[in-house]
Amino acid sequence: MTISVGYSIAIIAVCVVCTFLERALPFLLFGGREVPKIVKYLGRILPMAVMATLVVYCLRSTTFDAMGNFLPQIIAVAVVAALHLWRKNTFLSIVVGTAVYMVLVQLVF
Amino acid sequence: MKQTFLYAFRRTVPIMLGFFPLGLAYGVLMESIGYNFLWSTLTSLTVLAGSLQFLMVEFFVNGTPLITVALLALLLNSRHIFYGISFVERFRSFGSGSRLFLIYSLSDESYSLHCAHKPQEGVDEKWAHLFSAGFVLFYWLVFTFMGGLVGQLITFDTTGIDFSLTALFVVILIDQLREAKTMLPAAIAVVSGIVCILLFGAANFILPSLLITVAVLCLLRPRLEQYTVEEEVAA
Repeated sequence: MTISVGYSIAIIAVCVVCTFLERALPFLLFGGREVPKIVKYLGRILPMAVMATLVVYCLRSTTFDAMGNFLPQIIAVAVVAALHLWRKNTFLSIVVGTAVYMVLVQLVF
Repeated sequence: MKQTFLYAFRRTVPIMLGFFPLGLAYGVLMESIGYNFLWSTLTSLTVLAGSLQFLMVEFFVNGTPLITVALLALLLNSRHIFYGISFVERFRSFGSGSRLFLIYSLSDESYSLHCAHKPQEGVDEKWAHLFSAGFVLFYWLVFTFMGGLVGQLITFDTTGIDFSLTALFVVILIDQLREAKTMLPAAIAVVSGIVCILLFGAANFILPSLLITVAVLCLLRPRLEQYTVEEEVAA
């Protein structure tokens, strides 16, 4: 440890407060009253947009300078998507897709 | 209740797979800078935000000023602001203790599970959310604890196992696309994400990307509103 225990705890405390405040913000703003129509609309339309953003977020470090930096991701995502469209089994899609990805990054590329 | 518990366990197994290498890596990393398993477990229990916890390692090493810590924490987790919007009404009837727990535990993974939940026979809605978020928290705690304590002993190659979280998001997105009457929100988010990565870089893209997505979705509301079903009316 290069800093004191007290300062370490202060860092944790600041991160706890900031994280909680962001998670609580919509509830603080709209929790006690009728939710505005535009916010209701966003609440229903956002999950699909956020999930798509999270997929992009997970793949953000992909680069196209070498095959090993993009082919494993593309192949594994395609396997997950195809398997899930075909069998509709969440667990199967994730386990097989992850196994394919691990084989690709560890053994192939 | 037992059925709800099992339902929550089954749907959180992919997250257990993904958290295994992440939690271990975090525990090992903290241990390597002189913060033992008590520190990593305490941080996982209180902060409960993976990407921020990895950034906090830099704060501990450098003794970063608290104002910088606050700004970086707010920026890195800014996407969480958008998560609660979908659940303000659903969580309202849950009681304040349950609601506080669900807000505190609203990570990317819990949020995805809350979005994917569909009412079904024998599964209590409130407890389905509570148990699911509880399992996610539990896995994170156990694996960071293990990482700090015995992480160095694990020798088999887990490289790539964290792809299970990517796969989870892909699967939930496909389920949403299958049920939705329009794919436009996902298309807007992907285009906005790619454009923002090119403009702002992979490390800083997510906040501008979400802001642009929200703005475009608001502009397109006259067109898109018909595709979102009012739950009260639908019943």
